[in-house]
Parts: sequence; C-alpha cells; structure tokens
Amino acid sequence: MHDLLLVGGRVLTAEGMADVDVAVAGGRVVALGRELGPAREVLDCAGAWVGPGFVDVHTHAREPGGEWKEDLATVTAAAVAGGYTAILTMPNTDPPVDGAPTARYVLERGRAIGRCTVGVAGTVTLGRRGEALSHIDDLWDEGVRVFTDDGDVVADAEMLRRALAYIGDRGGVVAQHAVDATLARGAMHEGWVSARLGMRGIPAVAETTIVARDLLLVADTPCRYHVQHVAAAGCIELIARAKDRGLPVTAEVTPHHLTFDHTEVLAGTDPVFKMMPPLRTADDVTAVREALRSGIIDLVATDHAPHADHEKDVPFEEAPNGVIGLEWAAAAVNSAVGLDPERFFDRMSIAPARLAGFDEHGHRIAPGRPANLVVFDPTAEWVPSGTMSRSRNSPYLGRRLVGRVRWTIVDGTIRHEGAASRA
Amino acid sequence: MKSFLDSEQLDRPTLERLLDDADRFREVLERPIAKVPTLRGKTVATLFFEPSTRTRLSFERAAKALSADTMSFSPGTSSLSKGESLKDTVQTIAAMGADLLVVRHRSVGAPARVAAWTGLPVVNGGDGAHQHPTQGLLDALTIRRALGRVEGLRVAIVGDIAHSRVARSGVFTLATLGAQVVLVAPRTLLPVSVEGWPCEVTTDFDEVLETLDVVYLLRVQTERGGATVFPSVREYLRRYGMTRQRFARLGPDAVVLHPGPMNRGVEIEAAVADDPRALVLEQVTNGVAARMSVLYHLLGSPEHA
Repeated sequence: MHDLLLVGGRVLTAEGMADVDVAVAGGRVVALGRELGPAREVLDCAGAWVGPGFVDVHTHAREPGGEWKEDLATVTAAAVAGGYTAILTMPNTDPPVDGAPTARYVLERGRAIGRCTVGVAGTVTLGRRGEALSHIDDLWDEGVRVFTDDGDVVADAEMLRRALAYIGDRGGVVAQHAVDATLARGAMHEGWVSARLGMRGIPAVAETTIVARDLLLVADTPCRYHVQHVAAAGCIELIARAKDRGLPVTAEVTPHHLTFDHTEVLAGTDPVFKMMPPLRTADDVTAVREALRSGIIDLVATDHAPHADHEKDVPFEEAPNGVIGLEWAAAAVNSAVGLDPERFFDRMSIAPARLAGFDEHGHRIAPGRPANLVVFDPTAEWVPSGTMSRSRNSPYLGRRLVGRVRWTIVDGTIRHEGAASRA
Repeated sequence: MKSFLDSEQLDRPTLERLLDDADRFREVLERPIAKVPTLRGKTVATLFFEPSTRTRLSFERAAKALSADTMSFSPGTSSLSKGESLKDTVQTIAAMGADLLVVRHRSVGAPARVAAWTGLPVVNGGDGAHQHPTQGLLDALTIRRALGRVEGLRVAIVGDIAHSRVARSGVFTLATLGAQVVLVAPRTLLPVSVEGWPCEVTTDFDEVLETLDVVYLLRVQTERGGATVFPSVREYLRRYGMTRQRFARLGPDAVVLHPGPMNRGVEIEAAVADDPRALVLEQVTNGVAARMSVLYHLLGSPEHA
C-alpha cells in the first residue's frame, strides 16, 4: 500500500515530461508508471504538471527580531501554499546571521515549527557592517553555503575580494545585493515617471556598476558568485559575457520584476510598489523575461519581504522596501513568462536547489528520491485574496493570475492542498 | 472636484472657472471689509508637516476671508515628535471635525494618502518636488490679470526645475490654459526626462530670452547643495540669472514672476526684483484670491450645498 498516488499528471522525469503516475511511500518516490497499485490517498493530477517542489533562495523570514512582520511558522505556511518545499532565509535579521548561534537558532526553529525545509544564508561581513568577514567557518559547519549581506551591498572592493577568496576556497557562494548605495538614495526607478512625480530616482547604473565591478573581481578571484534580484536590462549582457568566459556566475530575478514596471507608481504612489531594486521600465521587464527564458538569468527568487500594514501604509518615499510573494510566485512567473514545464521547473526548483545546496530538493522525479513535490495546474485562473503570511504587502492581491498549486508534498506528506479536489 | 491634489488633473473649463471666481474674490479682498460669509460654519485645517510661512498664512487668510474657522498644526509641537504616524495624526484631526484639510508634506503623494485615509477634501499645499497646484493657479491668475490672457503667451520657467513642485504645477496649469512653456536650466537642474510634459526645454536662456512674454524665475536652493549641481552662484547668475541686462532685452510688456522667497543677487538682480514689471507681490495677493476660489469650489459652491 502506497501512501500517495499522483495520477493523470504530466510528470518531470529523468527522460523529460511524461504522462505517468507517481507513487509515494515512506517519504520517497517509489515508482513511476501506470497501475501502480493501491494507495491511502489518490490525487487527481489531470491537466497539471507534477515536478520537484519549488525552492526559494531569497526569503526574508524576519526571525529572529522581526516577528511582528513574519516568523518561521507563517513564512513556511506561505511557502507551502505557493508550492515551495524549501526556502533559504536571508541573514539580515536582528541579530544578523553572522555566526553559529543565530544560524543554529534559525535552523532549529525551522525544523521545529517550519512546514517545509528551511536553510539559512550567512552574512558576508560581521554585523553586515562591511568591515570584517563574518564567522564563515563556524557558519559553514552549521551547513551554511550561501553568504550575502542582502539588504546592503558589499561595497568595499577589498572586502569583497577577501570574501571571494575565503568563501571560494570552501566552495560556497557569495550572493550580492547588487545596488550601489550612493546611487540608490531615491525611492523608485529614475526615469520619466520619477521625473514627473518629482521623486528622487535610482538609475539603472546603480545595478550595472556593481555587477560590472564584481564580475571583474570574480574573474580575478574565482568564487561562485550570484547576482540577487536583477532588475536592470544592462546587467544581463554583463552576466552573459561572464558566463561565456566560463566564470561561475548565476543570477536571479523576482516575480515582481517579471510583472510590473515603474508606471505602476504613477497612479496613486502606492507603497506596495516600492522595493529594491525598484520596478524599472517595460523594456527592462521584457529583457529579464527573455533572460529567464534563455537561462542567462538562472532562476526565480521571491525576495519575499514582509512588512506590517502600519509600516507600509505611509507616503511612498517613507515606506520600507519590499513585497511578499511566496504564495503566488509560481503563478506570477507562469502568467508573465509562460515557460514550458522543463524550463519552469528548472528555474523554480532545480537551479535554486543547486545554488543553495538543498540536496533533497530540486531533482527530476525518480524512484528513490525524497518526495518533495508540487502539483501545479498551469491553466487554472484565480485571484489571490488572502495570505498565510503575517503581512500582506503584495501588489498581486486582488489581481488575476494564471497557474495554481494543487498540492505541495514535503517528505511524502501533503502540506498544502489547493482548490482542486481529490479523486 | 473632491480634492485639489495636482495640476495635471484639471481641464481647461475647470481652470477657467477657478480663475474667474478668483478674480471675483480678488475684488472682495480690495473692499474695506474684506470678508464674505460663504464658508461660515466650515472648518479648514492647515496641516503643514514641512515648515512654511507664506503658504500657510495665505491659506488661513483665504479661509478667514470666506468666514471659515481655521485650525492649524505644525509638527514641532505635535504628537508626531512622540512617534505618532501620519495616518493616526490626520485621522485624529479629522475626528475633531475639520471639513477640509490643507496638507503640505515633504513626501510625494502624501496629500493623496491623507485624502484616502480621512475621506475629506484635501488641498495639496505642496508635496515634495511633485505638485503645488494652488501656486500654479495663482501664477496663471497673475499672468491673466497682468497681460489679459494666458493663451498663446510664451512663458519660460527658469531654474531648479528638477526639484521644483512650483515648476511641475506651472507647466501643466499654463499649458492647459494654452501657453507655450519652455523650461530653462542647466543640465543638472533639469529632470532626467520630460516625456509627457507639455513644454520645450533648453539650457540656453539667452537664445529664447527675446521671444518671452513671461519669465518665471525659480528660487535657486543654495541650501540644497547648489555647489554640487552647478559650479558657483556667480556662474549661475551669469548664465541663468535675471540680470538688468537680460531684463532690458525682454519685450516692453513682458513680466517677471517669482514664487518667493527671492534670493536677490542669485536668480534675480535687486533692480529687477523692484521693477514694476516684477509681479512678486501681486502674486502674493492673488495667492489669497486663488486659494479662496479653491476652498469655495471644494466646500461652498452650490454643488456642495
């Protein structure tokens, strides 16, 4: 008797997409094929894609220190509702994850109250102050593989160079919040909308100057280097050229940068459209969509950034940056870009899992693999109206999307059941 | 019209109605007892979250000339310094019974937020570098009263366009009324883009000088760090200042406007500032009349009876 039988879906297998059933038992995939025998629960996957659960490498869980915005219980509830089976939480907590105690705290809390796998990134520098390396070896021993001062750029070139050397030697990843702080004192994209509104802008070169410099440093001091939340089209050519030269470079894009442009700010200056980097032009949106399709941008990351109503419901320029996104990221990507299932699961699951070192996630479905799975209906239409997150700062709430999660399965257990009914 | 938030929202008939009524209120202001009972029983609250003297006084004078009661708020003496949010502050004031709020705030879009939070009519008294729509209206009124029309006039707005709410409101108000507007500024004081603005742009003041009917000088905010956006005040005056020499090259009927406060010797030479064709004080008086017209349209006209 199997625990679960997923019948009638199109499944991402080692040989590509295949119309097969998937049997799960003891937390693992045990068989692919037809007539796989009885199961305690049978899930009707007709019309849906069955693939590895999504993996997010850019989640602000806000724990410790920001529990009024979000914590590891609410953020993982939102994650599984969005089809995610693993998330990598960002280290810009209070206190920041710059040494073993905070890393251990997050990982233990994730295991205790999380609804999916929780990994944690460490900071590059102590206290995210950009002055001295964090406790990289201690973090490494806790299982940390990705290092970032996210929320702030590692601005000092010599500091970054040392980080690339030290973390590169261990085989880890340096992930850069690639926005030059001196060019990013504004509140939105610098362009005709900011000019019309009289708002100080953040030019696209705030991103490209950091990416260009960093790629020169990576060429000089090899280390896996990851560009977080690419928004400016100019970054893409730089990243493509670095990849052509064989540098170990990856890049992510957020669902919101694939969907919205800066004109959203014009009508009503609604802070729900305020994030870093800012929403850029329609041409930038087209460019990041195309780069995600082509693979120059490797993966989608949510930059899920919860803020309480009282923090976000203020004039635009005074509002904190960020939007939540775990629950509708896949739907937003599907709606905005319309990837085929092979690329869709690569960008949403396989590539992010390899970046973050989630060995139990992001694999094509095969017998023996841990059953971390998602059943995603790419044609279902819906309108997000609520959230499992503790915060609700999202421009997708109330907006029609195409593509919806039917089931999220973590270690063989159903952790989220969407609108579809069981067979 | 529920609120008066920006100059882009107004069509020409609405603007002309506002100007016609402002003309009538201007006559009221010249009477021995400069007061009408139009807004008796209404309360206008002026909420200036950014320091201002002349605009606040002008709104209070306008409200009182219409017999409205006024309350005022300034951040230095308020709960904002105790950490109260903007939303709570304005909802508190609304709960005291204000009928209309005049809001000035350093952040773009704050008056619109206040209107949404309170449901009250709001007059934007200046939001960041975005809009200052009653300034646009009083400037149009001043030009129309001085030259008899706005349609077809050639108006240069000179100075720190990039950081000016006065310029943003002026461009749209004057263009809607049929003026040809040209923005004149060094590259570093122009907006990064004027896509969608109904105007021309030049960095060469002298090239357009003789074609102008109106020169609108903006205050050069040396305190904003002028040194980083142009080389020196001396050089600014040489290329963009309204010197006596430039003033002499204007047509005989051309007029000079300035929103105040003036920096004599920076954007305007003292002799020009004191010339009868510099309408700075006329603008101040018209400001009261224009604001009376706006308050009347939002609170007192028959459509609100």
